Formats: sequence, C-alpha cells, structure tokens
Amino acid sequence: MRLSARNRELLNLIVVGMITGLGFASVYIARSEIVSPESLTYAAFFVALYLVAHVVTRITAPYADPYLLPMAGLLTAIGLTEIYRLNPDDAFRQGLWLVIGVALFSVTLVILRHDYRRLESYKYVIGIGAIALLVLPALPGIGRTINGARLWVGFGPFQFQPGEFSKILLILFLAGYLREKREVLAQGRLKDFGPLLLIWGGAMAVLVQTNDLGSGLLYFGIFLAMLYVATSRFVFVAGGMALFLAGAAFVYQVIPRVQDRVTIWLDPWPYAQTEGYQLVQSLFAIAFGGFGGTGLGKGTFTFSNGTDPIIPYLNTDFIYAALAQELGLVGVAAVLLVYMLFVARGFRAAMLADDGFSKLLATGLTFAFALQTFIIVGGVLRLIPLTGITLPFVSYGGSSLLANFVLLALLLLVSNRALAPRG
Amino acid sequence: MNSAISRLAVFALALIGALILATTYWQAWAAPGLADRRENAIQRVAQFTIERGKIYAGDGKTLFATNRARKVNGQTLYFRRYPTGGLAAHVVGYSTQVRSRAGLEQSMNDFLTGSNANLTTVVDTGVDKLLGRHVVGNDVVTTLDVRAQQVALRALGDNCGSVVAIEPTTGRVIVMANHPTYDPNLVEGRYNEIGRIRANCPVPAPLLNRATAGSFVPGSTFKVVTASAALESGRYTMETRKTDPGYCIEYGKHVNNYDTTRPFGSITLFQAIQYSVNSFFCEIGKELGPGPIIQEMKDYGFYSLPPLETPADERRISGLYHNGRLFEPQSAADVDPGRLAFGQTELQVTPQQMAMVAAAVANRGVLMEPYVVDRILSPKGKVVTRTRQHVLGRTLSPHNAQVLSLAMEAVVRAGTGVAAQIPGVRVAGKTGTAETGRAGRNQTAFIAFAPVGAPKVAIAVMLENQTGVGGTTAAPIAKQVMQAILQGP
Repeated sequence: MRLSARNRELLNLIVVGMITGLGFASVYIARSEIVSPESLTYAAFFVALYLVAHVVTRITAPYADPYLLPMAGLLTAIGLTEIYRLNPDDAFRQGLWLVIGVALFSVTLVILRHDYRRLESYKYVIGIGAIALLVLPALPGIGRTINGARLWVGFGPFQFQPGEFSKILLILFLAGYLREKREVLAQGRLKDFGPLLLIWGGAMAVLVQTNDLGSGLLYFGIFLAMLYVATSRFVFVAGGMALFLAGAAFVYQVIPRVQDRVTIWLDPWPYAQTEGYQLVQSLFAIAFGGFGGTGLGKGTFTFSNGTDPIIPYLNTDFIYAALAQELGLVGVAAVLLVYMLFVARGFRAAMLADDGFSKLLATGLTFAFALQTFIIVGGVLRLIPLTGITLPFVSYGGSSLLANFVLLALLLLVSNRALAPRG
Repeated sequence: MNSAISRLAVFALALIGALILATTYWQAWAAPGLADRRENAIQRVAQFTIERGKIYAGDGKTLFATNRARKVNGQTLYFRRYPTGGLAAHVVGYSTQVRSRAGLEQSMNDFLTGSNANLTTVVDTGVDKLLGRHVVGNDVVTTLDVRAQQVALRALGDNCGSVVAIEPTTGRVIVMANHPTYDPNLVEGRYNEIGRIRANCPVPAPLLNRATAGSFVPGSTFKVVTASAALESGRYTMETRKTDPGYCIEYGKHVNNYDTTRPFGSITLFQAIQYSVNSFFCEIGKELGPGPIIQEMKDYGFYSLPPLETPADERRISGLYHNGRLFEPQSAADVDPGRLAFGQTELQVTPQQMAMVAAAVANRGVLMEPYVVDRILSPKGKVVTRTRQHVLGRTLSPHNAQVLSLAMEAVVRAGTGVAAQIPGVRVAGKTGTAETGRAGRNQTAFIAFAPVGAPKVAIAVMLENQTGVGGTTAAPIAKQVMQAILQGP
C-alpha cells in the first residue's frame, strides 16, 4: 500500500519527535545537576507543536512535499536542544518563538491556501514593503545597533530584526517582476533593468548603511540566482559578480570593520587574543569535537568557573561550532545533509511547478535558505570572511525563526499546487 | 527554466557540500595541530573534565600529584593538588589552566589524560566515552625515594644546588632534589609568591630544575672523566709517575694547583686523583690532546641530551660552551686541554650528567640509561607499561673501572673527600671546586658511589655560591643522602 504524502509526513514527524526526545534526554543525563527532569516536557511540547503544524498542512496543503516539514522540525529540534544545553532560559524564549512561528506558519497556509499566486499582483507594494523593512532599523528612535550592526528595531524590551522578513518580501517581488519581464530582460535591453537595478541599489545602500555585510551578500546572491533562472543568461550572473566584486572592493576600502574581518579571515592566528579571538576559539571548539563529538551536554564552552563563555554569541552566530563539538563530524555532517535534502526538495518543488511565478518563488526561497546556511557556516569554518547571520531554523533568535517558518509555508504551498491532481 | 533551476540546485548543493568538506578538514585533518596550540582555551578548560592520572613516589603509595573534584555549574571538574608541595616539584611539575604544564605533568600528559595510543588505554577511554563516564587517566609511578628526597632537601639547607642519586646497576633515579624549590599548588592562583622566593645565590630561579638544566662547572670532579680517558688510552696506569712542581706550564704560563705552596713532588696517577693534583692532570691533558677527552665525555653522555622522562626543554646538554653555545673542539687550538683535563675551562655540566659519570664507574664501566618513571598504571591498577632498563654504553673496561674505583675510594678514605665517610661502608668519591669569577665564591661539587664492589647508589651534589670547597660543603650532603638510601626504608 502506498502511503499518502501526509501520512508519510506524519511518520517522519514521529521519527523526528523520537530524535528530539533522545536529544533532550542526553542533555538531561549529562547535565542533571542544573537541568530539571521537566526539561523532558520540552520534547513532548515540541512534538505537539509539530503535530499542530501537520494537521494544518493536512487541511490546507494536502499534496505538499511530505519531507520539508519534518526536516524543518528536525533542524529546530537540533537547534532548540543545543540552545537548551547552552542556556535553558534562552531555550524557553526560543520555545515561545517556536509557538509563534508555528502560528505564523499556519496563518500563512490558511490565508494563501486557495491561491498564493495572487501575491504576484501586489509585487510593487511588496517590493516597497521590503525596502521599508530594511530602512526601519536605520530610523532614529526605534533602530538599534547590536554587535556593530544596525539591524534591529526595538520597542521597549522587545527586539526585532525586520531584515529577515524583508528577504522574503524581496523574493516575492523578484519572482513577480522577473516572471513578467523575463522575455524582455533576456534580450538584454538596459532600460528594462531600471526598476531591478533601482531596487537592488536601494537594498545595497541600506545594507552598507546598516553595516551588515552578511545580509548584503545574501540579498545579492538571491538576486543573481533568480535573475539567472528567469533569463537563463549566465552573462548576467557574470556581470553581476563583477558588480559585486567592485562593490565589495569599495566597501573594503571604506569600512574598517570589513577590513578587520578580511584580515582575520586570511590569517587569524596573529589576532588570536584580539579581533580574531572568537573565530579562533570557535575553530578550536570545532576541532575539539573530532570525529564523534563529545556528546550532547558534554562539550566545553565555558571557562572552569562554569559561567564565563569562552566563545561569545555561541547560540546565534556560532551555534554551528557548538554543534560541531558536541555532535562531532558524524553529527554535523548529518545536519548538513539535512540542509542539502531540504534544499533538494525545495528545488524539486520549483521544477515541478508549472508557472513561472511559482518556479521563481520556490527557487528564490530555496536558494536563500542554502546561501544563508553557506554564509554563516562558511564564515565559522573560515571558508569565507565571517559575517553574523543566523543558521536557518537552528540559531537562537525569534525574527529568523519566524521568517523561516513563512519561507517553509510558501514552499509547501508551491509544492502543494505543483503536486495536486488536476481535475 | 528547469535546466537553469537544476544548474542552480547543483551549485547550491555544492555550497553545502563544501561545508561538509571544510568541517572534515577542521575536525579530522587540522584537529591534532589545533589541540597543541597554546591559545586553545577549549583544550585548556576541557582537560579539567578529565580525571588526570595520579603521580606517585617510588613506594607506589605517596602521592606527588592528585585531584580535587569540584562541581562547577553541573559539571565535575578536577583540579590538581600536589600533597608533597616542593618535595619533588621539579620532576613532577605542574598542570594548570593559566600557565600550561611542566615536568612529568607535561611530558607524561598523554598517559595522565588517557590519550596515549596504548591499546589498553584506548579501549578503556573509548568505553568511558561511550558509557558517558568521565575519562580517567593513567597513573604514573616514579622512582623517587620520598625519605631520601626529604633528607636531600634538608641537607641542602639554604644552599642553592642539586642532589641527584642514581642506582648504578639499573639507572633508576632515586633522588632528584633542588634548592630553591617551589610549591606547585601556588602556580595556578598565587604565582607571584613563587617569584618572591629568595635563596642564597644571585639567581634563585625556583622553577628551574637545576639537576637536569642547571649550569655548573664540574671542577675537579671532571678528573674522573680525564682519568678514564687516560686509562682507556692505554698510555697510563694508576702507577704512572709525574713530578708535581705545584703548577703546570701551558702556552708558557703557569697553571696553578689549588695550593701552590706545597708541591707534591713525584706522585702516581692514583695519588693525583686522591689529592686532586691539578698539574698532573694538566700534563695528561697536554699529552692526550682534546680528542680522546672529548670522546670519553661522549661515552659518558656529554654532548647529547641526557635521557630522562621530563620534557626535553627542561634538560640541558653538558659539554664545552663558548659564548653560551655548545661547542666541540676539533683541535688543541680550539681549547685549552690542560685546563679541560681538570675541569676548569668553559665546561658546563648538569648534576644529572655528573651522577651518570659516578654511576658508570660504579657499574664496572657500563652506563645505564637514567629513568625517573618506573611504570604506568591503568585506573584499575593494571600495569600499562613498565620502564625497561637499558644500557647506554660502555665508558671504561671492567679493569679500568675497578682501579679508578679504588683511587676514588682513597679520596674518601684519606684524600680530599673524607667528609663523605660512612662507617662500615666502602665509599668512593671525587671532590670538585670551581672558581666563579666572583671573589671568594665557588661552585662546589662531589660525586660518589657506594658500596664499592656492589654499588647501590651513585650521587652528584653540586652547589652554587659557596665559600668552602667540595670536600667540606658537598661531600657531607652526599654522605647524608647516601646513608639514607643505604639504610633502606
């Protein structure tokens, strides 16, 4: 008997639930002195939450890809377990964000369940919305600078990173715009590029102004990837890369923070006690994990007084280093394979979709997901200069988690439409 | 559009694939190199989650190093304690968070942390890790005799210097004591207290293991090496006679005896050793030239790093030094062979090296490799490895060793070393006194072994900043320590 897509999803979720239970149990066993047995309720709570998401998907997108939701579940479980191990208070907050995330996921599915393609007609509004969200942190009064980057909007104790959502709006805009203009763009007439260059230029200016280069690279990569898929012209990609390199060289000259990052990337060892400390200790942490890892809850992340962290920002930018130490090469390679599978399923949805908007949307969302993973993990592994962005579904942080749930919902909608029987 | 999408998909998957490769690089390929880097805070802290092996004295019971477990933020950390304080500090060393490691704590780290490649240990720590237990390292049992070590430290008193005692037939190091010493418990948190340690010499350097890395002038104790070269050359016997004028002329200049007012007249090599007559050895040096003496030095272990389990950078090569660098003379023009022969030129030696000289003579000319680690035990007490005794080489024929022993016995019986006499025991020795350039301040030395014929102990005592001579300052210390060892526990 062949299982329906949703039943397969349910089975996968049960497996993910068991892995989650196991993860929390290992943290509990390893750190029983400071972790209470109630911690195991996290796992139960987690499974219940994903069952809700499953039921909503069953109703709103019954034919959608059955692997995307369980994989997102697995990644959030890994993230939540590691955050819990590093700081139980943070894990509680992340758990709350997870509830809001699943709610947002459900709302997105319910609202767009009939036809998400009507978003296409609002593309310009969405594009302007994307820019507006990007500009928000730069506004005086509500904008906040954290860790050198002006990415945050704060209302009292509540902080929010609008850039995470602006990314999804930008992909929606590009999908709509490129679908409409792809034929003329492919001919390469400069005037058709006007609005594109305008939006792009605006985004870049804002990013440089907010001092956040990781996102700059991410946005530009998404832009080039979608342009390439829309036009099938590699020359645009090459031209875009040249533009990017020119821009990067300019930024390197102007912003000292960028120069520091590049210097440390090329050779961190002379700066091991100063600017390169974080990266160098993170590499030590990764190397310490070795092949099999120390085991969940048994890694070394604080000095011997037990409280001072060796690596700052461990549960956001550097969560990969924490995972690499505790899960080892075997574990993080498996995590990266989950990312690969997620990306593969995303692109599969894009290929199966039968209209340009859906294809471009799924491509943009999936590539954004892959590139963001590459930029942060590549930075931590010294493959590229380090820039602080989040690891999708895993890092601690509400905005990022919510945005990724919206991304997941949109991918499910595209794949649901592509796989639904025609009648 | 699909072909473009699939190309993009391949690119995106390759990006994440590159992450797997990079992770493999750091966790498999680069990991060992990173673990050794000094900046590695993770490694430094993580060592505290391992229950480091204990370090024991030679009796297998007295603890030189142990752990105190403390719960920190839900994690059990093991902090190092050194119950005997400064007693064997230079051999045991320390393992700390802030200042890394020294001594056996450094060189035996792989065993102490259970990360050595020995099969039993690999299985043990593997099982520990799988079962989620904390790793327990292997214990190190040293060869040091607690009581003799205490006697040596007490006998050294305020004098800066070292005592090294070796069992001649095996190479087992029984005593390795230095003054000043330090309390390894202070290294972690109260390091500045070590810096304030003062002693009766210009440079106290309490962290220095003088026994293996100190720089001493051997003085007349070196005559044992020259006499060995002379006997082995076949050109001299103990009956070889020379006339002592009270000095020796080298390069047209007088080289004086310790006491020039009373020349000995016509004496034999035997008497020259017994009364430490410089002019006699000066003549031997001139006649032999530096070649055979240097060769004999090498046979005794000079010019190579003396073997021991402590870290290599805590040991020093003995030999001729010129402007702070070891040098090997190629001809008589490079060195003053007459002064070399009685140990007064640019010779720099360690007490360990001089103890090896005494031990080789005692052991019928056979030099045994010194060792201070007797065995490694698994946490359950099983022997993981046991040090095998090893012959380093032959320095003398058995006959020459015997006659040299008799001459050295005469030194203690009725020569310059009478202060080392032990009632009922045949003791052989050789005194040494070297001027340091500071008026009235000598470096003094005494090397000895006992009992002659069936040696149980060979010893070197070397002292800095002395007003007396070897026979009055170093010989009494050697006597006390040898007595403690010969009495047994």
